[in-house]
Amino acid sequence: MPLGRLAAWLMIAPALILLIGVFLLPIGWFLIGSLAELGTLTEIWEEAQDVLFSGTVARVLLNTNGIGAVVTLLVLVIGYPVSYALSRAKGFAFTAILLCIVLPYFTSTIVRTYAWMVLLGRTGLINQILLGLGLVDAPLELMYNRTGVIIGMTYVLLPYMVLTLYAAMKAVDPRLLQAAEGMGASPATVFLKVFMPLTLHGVIAGVLITFILAIGFFITPALMGGPGDMMIAMLIEREVELTQNWASAAMMTIVLLAVTLILYGVYSRFADKEAPR
Amino acid sequence: MASVGGSVDLEQVTKRYGAETVVAGVSLAIPEGQFFTLLGPSGSGKTTTLSMLAGFVVPDEGRVMLGGRDMTRVPPRGRGLGMVFQNYAIFPHLNVAENVAFPLTVKGAPKAGIAARVAEALEMVKLTGFGTRYARQLSGGQQQRVALARAIVGHPKVVLMDEPLGALDKNLRYHMQVEIKEIQQRLGMTVIYVTHDQEEALTMSDRIAIMNHGRIAQMGPPREVYENPDSSFVASFLGEANLLKVRRDGEAVRGPGGAPFVARGALTTPEGLVFVRPEKVNVAAGTAAVAPNHLPGQIQHASFLGNIVRYAVTAAEGARLLCDVANGAGTQIHRPGDAVTLSWRAEDSRLLAG
Repeated sequence: MPLGRLAAWLMIAPALILLIGVFLLPIGWFLIGSLAELGTLTEIWEEAQDVLFSGTVARVLLNTNGIGAVVTLLVLVIGYPVSYALSRAKGFAFTAILLCIVLPYFTSTIVRTYAWMVLLGRTGLINQILLGLGLVDAPLELMYNRTGVIIGMTYVLLPYMVLTLYAAMKAVDPRLLQAAEGMGASPATVFLKVFMPLTLHGVIAGVLITFILAIGFFITPALMGGPGDMMIAMLIEREVELTQNWASAAMMTIVLLAVTLILYGVYSRFADKEAPR
Repeated sequence: MASVGGSVDLEQVTKRYGAETVVAGVSLAIPEGQFFTLLGPSGSGKTTTLSMLAGFVVPDEGRVMLGGRDMTRVPPRGRGLGMVFQNYAIFPHLNVAENVAFPLTVKGAPKAGIAARVAEALEMVKLTGFGTRYARQLSGGQQQRVALARAIVGHPKVVLMDEPLGALDKNLRYHMQVEIKEIQQRLGMTVIYVTHDQEEALTMSDRIAIMNHGRIAQMGPPREVYENPDSSFVASFLGEANLLKVRRDGEAVRGPGGAPFVARGALTTPEGLVFVRPEKVNVAAGTAAVAPNHLPGQIQHASFLGNIVRYAVTAAEGARLLCDVANGAGTQIHRPGDAVTLSWRAEDSRLLAG
């Protein structure tokens, strides 16, 4: 159907033009322009080795992956039961859970991060409660360190995991679960042998999308982290704004972009897949 | 695993959902090895009744007995039943052999025993060699066989089947009816079978319970409920039925145009119905003298169905009857407009409340 294909292209054309104009062209210009300053390909390669295998970059990459992994794990552990409840809830309970998950999703990350800072600070709500109850003698250090970054990012990324898992869980035919029960399976067995395998593709997709988003995080670690919690996006920003070393920023950008695209490639294999049938 | 005998009893079982009573005081006593069918229109309570037998639904009142033991509140996994589900419920992430093995693996049966049982069950449903396939690679009929194999793999004494053939086309359905019946007899299982297809119920069952509005309207062997229905509902639900309005006239019962009827049963009310199956009606050309169970009429429509000819006949007072005449040797086919006399034997008709 040529008309159908043309119509499809026309429909995505505005978005495509926008993306090419404000994203693809500038980033291409930035990468090529920055690297071209260095000279020949050999020179670029040597510089790249210097930059990417330097202590700072190695430490930041380690931070980025470590924080990304911990946050992804936490989001999965917290999100799985929430998604399950959401997939089973009806009526008011469903609306209530969904609003709790989605409403923050529509709020700016900066606002939410500042809200957490109010809660987690030395004189913040949580410390005041803990001190008031006599559970701690001195305020806990919940911010400007790894704990703060992880709490903030887990919160921001939770909706992505919950909604991805929800879609996978909702696609499970409840009659299969009932059938398993009828054939003698205990609730635990139904979960492990039927529900889990049927939602595994959703778990993989959720983990990948959370991790992809986590390794590119900037605002939350910048506001809630300490000096030792620098992540790759912050380092790129520092190279551009502070040291004005555009070439090294470009190299790190390429690394981040490549990792993101590879993970996205894997993700897209799982995300659009329905439960096996 | 509780290994229970094959008898199934329901004692005054009632289930309500809110203000609606879905099953109202149903009692059944099914002996071991019987093929028992719950037949009824949708919303008649047959599926809820089956769910209570399976343990998915707990009755509000009454008891569910399996093999003589009270299982009313035992969860499904403690009942040891085989089940075939309406949509087959084949696990998409498991292959055929793993699906069939499922009831055994969840009970932690030894591996070697499982393989042998699975092979045996697959052979019984003629799916040997399909073990490594997945549901999406199977036809509807093959999926149905997998569901059947999975239901019998643990050699249950009782198997529940919820409209198992509903999704199959007519030829395949007939084929599977025969196979299910054969397997049931070979293994001596009690089968509780739910369907809304009356032909299927008549073909397969030892006994049928016809349900309506949460109650059992009538229960008995297929031929008995077909030929001797207690109510106009059962009469018309089990195939085509002629139900003629009749009234009491002294000792006699008279129908359209004052025709006198003699039938089984008695009319306890001034007005009622006389029931006769289309195939029991004899169609003769011309108008005969007034006699019991003779009704003059006119052919309105004649449908040639191959082995039978189905006539729609109008009689006095706007009464309409269907008459199925076997297309035997030398059968004369009447034409629309022909005057005919319909007649039937008293023992083939029955008086019913209106």
